[in-house]
Amino acid sequence: MNPVNYLYLAALLFTIGATGVLIRRNAIVVFMCVELMLNACNLAFVTFSRMHGNLDGQVIAFFTMVVAAAEVVVGLAIIVSLFRSRHSASVDDASLMKL
Amino acid sequence: MSAQLAAAATLSAGTSTGEAFQFWVLGTVAVAGALCTVFMRRAVHSALCLAGTMIVLAVFYLANGAYFLGVVQIIVYTGAIMMLFLFVVMLVGVTAADSLKETIKGQRWLALVCGLGFGVLLVAGIGNASLKEFTGLGQANANGNVQGLAALIFTKYVFAFEITGALLITAAVGAMVLTHRERTERAKTQRELSEERVRDGRQLPPLPAPGVYARHNAVDVAGLLPDGTPAELSVMQTLRQRGQIRDVSAESINDLKALEQRSEDRLERSNSGSGKGSNSGEASK
Amino acid sequence: MDNLIALLVAAPLLGAAVLLCGGRRLDAVGHWIGTALAASSFVIGVVLFADMLGKNAEHRTLTQFLYSWIPVGGFQADVAFQLDQLSMTFVLLITGVGSLIHVYSIGYMEHDERRRRFFGYLNLFLAAMLLLVLADNYLLLYVGWEGVGLASYLLIGFWQHKPSAATAAKKAFLVNRVGDMGLSIAIMLMFTTFGTFTFGPVFEAAGGASEGKLTAIALMLLLAACGKSAQVPLQSWLGDAMEGPTPVSALIHAATMVTAGVYLIVRSADIFNAAPDAQLVVTVVGAVTLLFGAIVGCAKDDIKKALAGSTMSQIGYMILAAGLGPIGYVFAIMHLVTHGFFKAGLFLGAGSVMHGMNDEVDMRKYGGLRTYMPITFVTFGLGYLAIIGFPGLSGFFSKDKIIEAAFAKGGTEGWILGGVALLGAAITAFYMTRVMLMTFFGEKRWQPDENGHEPHPHESPKVMTIPMIVLAFGSVFAGGFFSIGDRFLNWLEPVTGHSHGNPPVSALTVTLSTMVVLVIGVAAAYAQYGRRPVPVVAPRGSLLTRAARRDLLQDDFNHVVLVRGGEHLTRSLVYVDHTLVDGVVNGTAASMGGLSGRLRKLQNGYARSYAVSMFGGAAILIAATLLMRAV
Repeated sequence: MNPVNYLYLAALLFTIGATGVLIRRNAIVVFMCVELMLNACNLAFVTFSRMHGNLDGQVIAFFTMVVAAAEVVVGLAIIVSLFRSRHSASVDDASLMKL
Repeated sequence: MSAQLAAAATLSAGTSTGEAFQFWVLGTVAVAGALCTVFMRRAVHSALCLAGTMIVLAVFYLANGAYFLGVVQIIVYTGAIMMLFLFVVMLVGVTAADSLKETIKGQRWLALVCGLGFGVLLVAGIGNASLKEFTGLGQANANGNVQGLAALIFTKYVFAFEITGALLITAAVGAMVLTHRERTERAKTQRELSEERVRDGRQLPPLPAPGVYARHNAVDVAGLLPDGTPAELSVMQTLRQRGQIRDVSAESINDLKALEQRSEDRLERSNSGSGKGSNSGEASK
Repeated sequence: MDNLIALLVAAPLLGAAVLLCGGRRLDAVGHWIGTALAASSFVIGVVLFADMLGKNAEHRTLTQFLYSWIPVGGFQADVAFQLDQLSMTFVLLITGVGSLIHVYSIGYMEHDERRRRFFGYLNLFLAAMLLLVLADNYLLLYVGWEGVGLASYLLIGFWQHKPSAATAAKKAFLVNRVGDMGLSIAIMLMFTTFGTFTFGPVFEAAGGASEGKLTAIALMLLLAACGKSAQVPLQSWLGDAMEGPTPVSALIHAATMVTAGVYLIVRSADIFNAAPDAQLVVTVVGAVTLLFGAIVGCAKDDIKKALAGSTMSQIGYMILAAGLGPIGYVFAIMHLVTHGFFKAGLFLGAGSVMHGMNDEVDMRKYGGLRTYMPITFVTFGLGYLAIIGFPGLSGFFSKDKIIEAAFAKGGTEGWILGGVALLGAAITAFYMTRVMLMTFFGEKRWQPDENGHEPHPHESPKVMTIPMIVLAFGSVFAGGFFSIGDRFLNWLEPVTGHSHGNPPVSALTVTLSTMVVLVIGVAAAYAQYGRRPVPVVAPRGSLLTRAARRDLLQDDFNHVVLVRGGEHLTRSLVYVDHTLVDGVVNGTAASMGGLSGRLRKLQNGYARSYAVSMFGGAAILIAATLLMRAV
């Protein structure tokens, strides 16, 4: 088997995640889909690392994980305060700036 | 597992049949988990499916020679981040099921078309690239994967590492700021609260307890008033807002009806066989 | 001597300024000031005339440069005057007849409380007309031209409390504007063709310009002349202009205003000579107007309107003569001068009759007035004999020459024009005899007015009769004086040129036939109005009579063709403006609005919609990258 299949899998997961972001209204699920996209990227990075025979790809994936953790912390905090004030976790409800 | 790790340690350009088998089985699981994440109606199910996908990815990291990342993926992602998600899901309401009906006109079609196009383009891009040669990590991991990574992180990527650390601290502070609510006035004493209740003239005695006159005494079951209707006040505010009150007012009446029906059936059966026959005929109609 | 020319214009202009700005203080003496200044202008004119007679024909042209009006680069428009024999003739006519009318107005307007203002307007009229005939370039002439239009507007509408007078003034002004448009276009054409407006250079260059351009200029000049001189098709204002006080009618018809058109054509002789097609149009216009005015004059019961028709007809003679080219220029001016005398006399006579008849103008309510106002009868009668061309009187000489000249045009045109002129002479004899008979002969037909006042016909005061007597002398002797030894011809020939043409018949034959048609016209009128009593209420009359009473339907024609046509044109233009122009403008705005409205929907506030845009954009970027790599 050619390891390039990992890349195809990463592309597939990324696309599924992106579509999920567009389709789902629940902010928490949207967030999960974003995490899915990040993980797909990480898989690609790891595969690239193997492809080129050095560890830089793994380092980038590591940083991605850290940034994702930070993002999740802030994002979930936002969702919580949003839910507190509006009693809803729907991203569509936060459309106050439309005409 | 250890055999697998050993095999992976000597990874080279090619892949073993074992890894291919593992890829196809676990890859299917990963895609299924991703799809379930998107399409499950309850957020908690989505979170569990995503956790499964992440574990599969951790295995793939290991297979690709990224041992440290594989472990971190399981500990940090699946262990910490996904649990954080679950906490928030619990806070917002576990049982709340989202409607999957689209409200923005054309959004779903656009999303599908874009997603499909994007996926096709990505795949085309990968297929187009000449990715024939795989160096393998045997050389890089010679002194151990963790040591290799550490050597890179603390030399080449040390600034990025420090900045990422600052980002984490900032994120932690930010989360606290976002969720913290400052108390702007002194908390009322019990005396003040009771005086206020008397002044307003509503609900002087303590709120009714849940489950009174009902067959359940769970917190989400409203107590019944003498006329049999549920007393909303007896359920806590959070559950009321989420709409998670279980209405059992009709249950006892239904039970009574079922009981009467059963006794009637029994009486009729003992009375006459013909009556029973006609009855069953009506029932079949 | 040259410096006196400006004084000719300045004197009446000063009078106008003083009288119009002076206010009530001058009410008592205003008419004397106005008359004195008009007369002083006449005296200056006579002095200049005497001086001119003392010189050779070649040196008679005087010029006076006042100041440079519009100096722009190579272009120069000056306020400068030119006094030659043609201008001199007009100056004497305008100031002479004008002064007599001033004197007459002192009596006629005695009871009008706005007499001072009236004299101010009269002076303004004289000043504008003098400026017109003295200007040495077309631009200054245009100033005088417009001044005449303004003064005529003010005077025709002098009794502005009468709606009919106000309307008539407005009508005269508007119709004149059409003609003025012609003059302004002609001046613009001249500027593009010759680069100057000054008479001398323009006439010198006229020989070298293309005939098409010259024809265009000449036709525009003719349009201008039609407006001022009340020629077909711009004749409709003249009849209504009778709403003004009678001295104004006399001034307009005899000395100023209507003569301006003839002056313009004769002055521009060099241009017309080089454009034969335009000349033909001029003769046609003259001939048509000649008959038109005569027919209208036959049907009118209003004495002033009958005379107005007559004026139109006589000016038609002049225009006809002017259109004949060098054959006719001199005779056009000669007829203009003699006509100035007898038409002024006739109008002043008519004013005198109205003065004695409580301002009644309907001739059917006159009759037998010869015994009540003998001086008026005699002077009016002499003017009548002059206008019909009674042998030996002024009209005989001047009109006879025009008829001869028309025949001398040669060819079929000559026969037609001569025939029309002869026919016109017969009709002139008819309608003037009719006026004479209905006014002064027969039994008296006047009746008490609605207030029970019986009119008491009486002779007018001396201040009115003396001008009439002077004009009667002119009517009798001017023609003979001019014609004996071809005095007028010799006087004017250096300016206008002259040729005899080739008359197909002898002068004697023409004169004899003129006499014959004259007798026929008079006899017909006598048979109708002398031998039978004149009905007080006008009979229904034939179709032609009824049409003629309505000025041969000129107003109806104007209304249907011009007013309605204009209304339809503007309405369709408004429609086009509303649908097409506004449609394009509003459509652009509306489509932009609609587009924005649709684009606005993209900004629906949903984060997911924006995410789709981003995602789609990313996909497009990837596609572009792949395409670039593939290429």
